[in-house]
Amino acid sequence: MGIGTYLALASVLFGIGAAGFLVRRNMLIQLMSIELMLNSVNVVLLAFNRAHPGNHDGQLFAFFVIAVAAAELVIGLSILIAYYRIKKTLDTDDATLLKY
Amino acid sequence: MTFAGATMFVVTAIFAIAGALITIWSRRPLRAAIGLLVHIISLSGMFLTLDAQLMAVLQLLVYAGAVVVLFVFVIMLIGPAAEVGPIEGRLASRTLSIAMVVAVVLALSTSVAYLDAPWVEVPDGFGTVQGLGMEIYKNAAVPFEIISITLLVAIIGAIAVARSRTE
Repeated sequence: MGIGTYLALASVLFGIGAAGFLVRRNMLIQLMSIELMLNSVNVVLLAFNRAHPGNHDGQLFAFFVIAVAAAELVIGLSILIAYYRIKKTLDTDDATLLKY
Repeated sequence: MTFAGATMFVVTAIFAIAGALITIWSRRPLRAAIGLLVHIISLSGMFLTLDAQLMAVLQLLVYAGAVVVLFVFVIMLIGPAAEVGPIEGRLASRTLSIAMVVAVVLALSTSVAYLDAPWVEVPDGFGTVQGLGMEIYKNAAVPFEIISITLLVAIIGAIAVARSRTE
Protein backbone atom coordinates (compact mmCIF):
# COMPACT_ATOMS: atom_id res chain seq x y z
CA MET A 1 0.00 0.00 0.00
CA GLY A 2 2.55 2.55 -1.17
CA ILE A 3 2.21 6.03 -2.52
CA GLY A 4 1.46 4.62 -5.98
CA THR A 5 -1.89 3.28 -4.76
CA TYR A 6 -2.91 6.75 -3.64
CA LEU A 7 -1.81 8.26 -6.95
CA ALA A 8 -3.69 5.62 -8.96
CA LEU A 9 -6.81 6.17 -6.87
CA ALA A 10 -6.52 9.94 -7.33
CA SER A 11 -6.22 9.57 -11.09
CA VAL A 12 -9.29 7.32 -11.14
CA LEU A 13 -11.25 9.90 -9.12
CA PHE A 14 -10.03 12.67 -11.42
CA GLY A 15 -11.16 10.60 -14.40
CA ILE A 16 -14.62 10.11 -12.91
CA GLY A 17 -14.89 13.86 -12.36
CA ALA A 18 -13.68 14.65 -15.87
CA ALA A 19 -16.10 12.14 -17.41
CA GLY A 20 -18.95 13.66 -15.41
CA PHE A 21 -18.03 17.14 -16.56
CA LEU A 22 -17.82 16.11 -20.21
CA VAL A 23 -20.85 13.82 -20.41
CA ARG A 24 -23.47 15.47 -18.22
CA ARG A 25 -25.35 18.50 -19.47
CA ASN A 26 -26.78 19.52 -16.10
CA MET A 27 -24.88 22.57 -14.87
CA LEU A 28 -25.24 21.52 -11.21
CA ILE A 29 -23.73 18.08 -11.86
CA GLN A 30 -20.94 19.69 -13.83
CA LEU A 31 -20.06 21.92 -10.87
CA MET A 32 -20.05 18.85 -8.62
CA SER A 33 -17.71 17.12 -11.09
CA ILE A 34 -15.33 20.07 -10.84
CA GLU A 35 -15.32 19.57 -7.07
CA LEU A 36 -14.51 15.87 -7.58
CA MET A 37 -11.50 16.79 -9.72
CA LEU A 38 -10.23 19.36 -7.20
CA ASN A 39 -10.58 16.81 -4.39
CA SER A 40 -8.52 14.22 -6.28
CA VAL A 41 -5.75 16.79 -6.69
CA ASN A 42 -5.76 17.25 -2.91
CA VAL A 43 -5.25 13.50 -2.46
CA VAL A 44 -2.14 13.65 -4.66
CA LEU A 45 -0.73 16.65 -2.77
CA LEU A 46 -1.25 15.06 0.63
CA ALA A 47 0.17 11.69 -0.47
CA PHE A 48 3.38 13.29 -1.75
CA ASN A 49 3.63 15.37 1.40
CA ARG A 50 3.31 12.18 3.47
CA ALA A 51 6.15 10.61 1.48
CA HIS A 52 8.38 13.65 2.13
CA PRO A 53 7.33 14.79 5.61
CA GLY A 54 10.25 17.19 6.11
CA ASN A 55 8.01 20.18 5.47
CA HIS A 56 4.33 20.97 5.03
CA ASP A 57 4.41 22.27 1.45
CA GLY A 58 1.90 19.78 0.06
CA GLN A 59 -0.60 20.29 2.86
CA LEU A 60 -0.18 24.05 2.53
CA PHE A 61 -0.95 23.80 -1.17
CA ALA A 62 -3.98 21.58 -0.52
CA PHE A 63 -5.20 24.17 2.01
CA PHE A 64 -5.13 26.88 -0.65
CA VAL A 65 -6.75 24.55 -3.18
CA ILE A 66 -9.69 24.08 -0.79
CA ALA A 67 -10.03 27.84 -0.27
CA VAL A 68 -9.90 28.64 -3.98
CA ALA A 69 -12.32 25.80 -4.74
CA ALA A 70 -14.82 27.29 -2.29
CA ALA A 71 -14.53 30.72 -3.93
CA GLU A 72 -14.88 29.20 -7.41
CA LEU A 73 -17.95 27.23 -6.36
CA VAL A 74 -19.68 30.32 -4.95
CA ILE A 75 -19.18 32.21 -8.21
CA GLY A 76 -20.22 29.19 -10.26
CA LEU A 77 -23.46 28.70 -8.35
CA SER A 78 -24.35 32.39 -8.57
CA ILE A 79 -23.77 32.29 -12.34
CA LEU A 80 -25.99 29.18 -12.41
CA ILE A 81 -28.79 31.05 -10.62
CA ALA A 82 -28.47 34.03 -12.96
CA TYR A 83 -28.55 31.65 -15.95
CA TYR A 84 -31.62 29.88 -14.56
CA ARG A 85 -33.43 33.25 -14.22
CA ILE A 86 -32.90 33.94 -17.91
CA LYS A 87 -33.39 30.49 -19.43
CA LYS A 88 -35.55 28.60 -16.87
CA THR A 89 -33.37 25.52 -17.40
CA LEU A 90 -29.98 24.20 -16.31
CA ASP A 91 -29.16 22.44 -19.58
CA THR A 92 -25.83 23.74 -20.88
CA ASP A 93 -26.84 22.91 -24.46
CA ASP A 94 -29.29 25.81 -24.21
CA ALA A 95 -26.59 28.23 -23.08
CA THR A 96 -26.35 30.03 -26.41
CA LEU A 97 -26.68 33.64 -25.27
CA LEU A 98 -23.13 34.52 -26.33
CA LYS A 99 -23.12 32.26 -29.39
CA TYR A 100 -24.88 34.33 -32.04
CA MET B 1 1.83 1.58 6.60
CA THR B 2 0.12 -0.30 9.41
CA PHE B 3 -2.59 -2.85 8.82
CA ALA B 4 -5.21 -0.53 10.30
CA GLY B 5 -4.07 2.25 7.97
CA ALA B 6 -4.26 -0.04 4.95
CA THR B 7 -7.75 -1.22 5.93
CA MET B 8 -8.86 2.38 6.40
CA PHE B 9 -7.45 3.25 3.00
CA VAL B 10 -9.25 0.41 1.23
CA VAL B 11 -12.61 1.19 2.90
CA THR B 12 -12.39 4.92 2.24
CA ALA B 13 -11.22 4.33 -1.34
CA ILE B 14 -14.24 2.12 -2.07
CA PHE B 15 -16.61 4.67 -0.59
CA ALA B 16 -14.90 7.56 -2.39
CA ILE B 17 -15.23 5.86 -5.78
CA ALA B 18 -18.83 4.85 -5.07
CA GLY B 19 -19.73 8.40 -4.02
CA ALA B 20 -18.08 9.87 -7.11
CA LEU B 21 -19.96 7.44 -9.37
CA ILE B 22 -23.27 8.28 -7.67
CA THR B 23 -22.48 11.96 -8.17
CA ILE B 24 -21.99 11.74 -11.91
CA TRP B 25 -24.57 9.03 -12.63
CA SER B 26 -27.68 10.02 -10.74
CA ARG B 27 -30.43 11.80 -12.60
CA ARG B 28 -31.66 13.73 -9.57
CA PRO B 29 -29.27 16.49 -8.43
CA LEU B 30 -30.15 15.90 -4.77
CA ARG B 31 -28.91 12.31 -5.02
CA ALA B 32 -25.78 13.61 -6.71
CA ALA B 33 -25.26 15.98 -3.79
CA ILE B 34 -25.57 13.09 -1.33
CA GLY B 35 -23.07 11.12 -3.43
CA LEU B 36 -20.72 14.10 -3.20
CA LEU B 37 -21.21 14.09 0.57
CA VAL B 38 -20.24 10.39 0.80
CA HIS B 39 -17.22 11.08 -1.39
CA ILE B 40 -16.09 14.00 0.74
CA ILE B 41 -16.50 12.22 4.08
CA SER B 42 -14.54 9.19 2.87
CA LEU B 43 -11.78 11.42 1.47
CA SER B 44 -11.60 13.07 4.85
CA GLY B 45 -11.02 9.64 6.38
CA MET B 46 -8.36 8.97 3.77
CA PHE B 47 -6.56 12.19 4.72
CA LEU B 48 -6.25 10.75 8.23
CA THR B 49 -4.25 7.81 6.87
CA LEU B 50 -1.87 10.37 5.35
CA ASP B 51 -1.23 12.09 8.72
CA ALA B 52 -3.08 15.21 7.64
CA GLN B 53 -5.37 15.75 10.60
CA LEU B 54 -6.00 19.46 10.06
CA MET B 55 -6.75 18.92 6.38
CA ALA B 56 -9.22 16.15 7.29
CA VAL B 57 -11.08 18.51 9.62
CA LEU B 58 -11.01 21.32 7.07
CA GLN B 59 -12.32 18.94 4.42
CA LEU B 60 -15.28 18.12 6.65
CA LEU B 61 -15.88 21.75 7.64
CA VAL B 62 -15.53 23.37 4.23
CA TYR B 63 -16.83 20.67 1.90
CA ALA B 64 -19.35 18.69 3.94
CA GLY B 65 -20.32 21.76 5.96
CA ALA B 66 -20.41 24.49 3.35
CA VAL B 67 -20.14 23.20 -0.20
CA VAL B 68 -22.74 20.42 -0.01
CA VAL B 69 -25.13 22.68 1.93
CA LEU B 70 -24.70 25.35 -0.75
CA PHE B 71 -25.51 22.78 -3.44
CA VAL B 72 -28.60 21.65 -1.56
CA PHE B 73 -29.72 25.25 -1.10
CA VAL B 74 -29.40 25.91 -4.84
CA ILE B 75 -31.29 22.69 -5.69
CA MET B 76 -34.03 23.79 -3.28
CA LEU B 77 -34.10 27.27 -4.82
CA ILE B 78 -34.39 26.00 -8.38
CA GLY B 79 -36.82 23.18 -7.70
CA PRO B 80 -37.95 20.60 -10.25
CA ALA B 81 -36.18 22.34 -13.15
CA ALA B 82 -32.86 21.22 -11.67
CA GLU B 83 -33.42 17.91 -13.48
CA VAL B 84 -32.70 18.22 -17.16
CA GLY B 85 -34.22 16.01 -19.84
CA PRO B 86 -33.49 12.33 -20.42
CA ILE B 87 -31.07 12.75 -23.32
CA GLU B 88 -27.83 14.28 -22.14
CA GLY B 89 -25.35 15.16 -24.83
CA ARG B 90 -24.98 13.67 -28.26
CA LEU B 91 -23.97 10.02 -28.48
CA ALA B 92 -20.82 10.71 -30.51
CA SER B 93 -19.50 13.37 -28.17
CA ARG B 94 -20.41 11.25 -25.16
CA THR B 95 -18.57 8.19 -26.49
CA LEU B 96 -15.58 10.27 -27.54
CA SER B 97 -15.25 12.00 -24.19
CA ILE B 98 -15.60 8.77 -22.19
CA ALA B 99 -13.01 7.03 -24.41
CA MET B 100 -10.65 9.98 -23.98
CA VAL B 101 -11.04 9.98 -20.21
CA VAL B 102 -10.59 6.20 -19.95
CA ALA B 103 -7.42 6.37 -22.06
CA VAL B 104 -5.94 9.16 -19.95
CA VAL B 105 -6.86 7.46 -16.66
CA LEU B 106 -5.44 4.11 -17.78
CA ALA B 107 -2.19 5.72 -18.91
CA LEU B 108 -1.89 7.77 -15.72
CA SER B 109 -2.78 5.11 -13.19
CA THR B 110 -0.72 2.33 -14.74
CA SER B 111 2.32 4.60 -14.92
CA VAL B 112 2.11 5.74 -11.29
CA ALA B 113 0.74 2.63 -9.57
CA TYR B 114 4.16 0.94 -9.26
CA LEU B 115 5.68 3.91 -7.39
CA ASP B 116 6.59 2.94 -3.87
CA ALA B 117 8.24 5.48 -1.62
CA PRO B 118 9.00 4.11 1.85
CA TRP B 119 6.72 5.62 4.44
CA VAL B 120 9.27 7.39 6.64
CA GLU B 121 8.43 8.29 10.23
CA VAL B 122 6.64 11.62 10.45
CA PRO B 123 8.22 14.29 12.66
CA ASP B 124 6.38 15.53 15.72
CA GLY B 125 3.43 17.76 14.95
CA PHE B 126 3.22 16.81 11.27
CA GLY B 127 -0.17 17.80 9.91
CA THR B 128 -1.59 18.87 13.25
CA VAL B 129 -3.20 22.25 13.85
CA GLN B 130 0.00 23.47 15.48
CA GLY B 131 2.38 22.12 12.84
CA LEU B 132 0.47 23.32 9.79
CA GLY B 133 -0.53 26.55 11.55
CA MET B 134 3.08 27.46 12.26
CA GLU B 135 3.94 26.61 8.65
CA ILE B 136 1.26 28.99 7.38
CA TYR B 137 2.32 31.66 9.85
CA LYS B 138 6.01 31.43 8.94
CA ASN B 139 6.02 30.66 5.22
CA ALA B 140 2.62 31.56 3.79
CA ALA B 141 1.30 34.55 5.70
CA VAL B 142 0.90 36.73 2.59
CA PRO B 143 -0.90 34.06 0.49
CA PHE B 144 -3.14 33.43 3.49
CA GLU B 145 -4.19 37.08 3.57
CA ILE B 146 -4.64 37.12 -0.21
CA ILE B 147 -6.93 34.08 0.12
CA SER B 148 -9.11 36.03 2.54
CA ILE B 149 -9.38 38.88 0.02
CA THR B 150 -10.21 36.33 -2.70
CA LEU B 151 -13.03 34.93 -0.58
CA LEU B 152 -14.33 38.46 0.10
CA VAL B 153 -14.31 39.24 -3.62
CA ALA B 154 -16.12 35.94 -4.26
CA ILE B 155 -18.84 36.85 -1.75
CA ILE B 156 -19.35 40.30 -3.29
CA GLY B 157 -19.26 38.85 -6.79
CA ALA B 158 -21.84 36.21 -5.89
CA ILE B 159 -24.19 38.87 -4.54
CA ALA B 160 -23.65 41.06 -7.61
CA VAL B 161 -24.22 38.24 -10.10
CA ALA B 162 -27.10 36.41 -8.42
CA ARG B 163 -29.24 39.24 -7.04
CA SER B 164 -32.53 39.76 -8.81
CA ARG B 165 -32.59 42.82 -10.98
CA THR B 166 -35.83 44.69 -10.48
CA GLU B 167 -35.30 47.60 -12.85
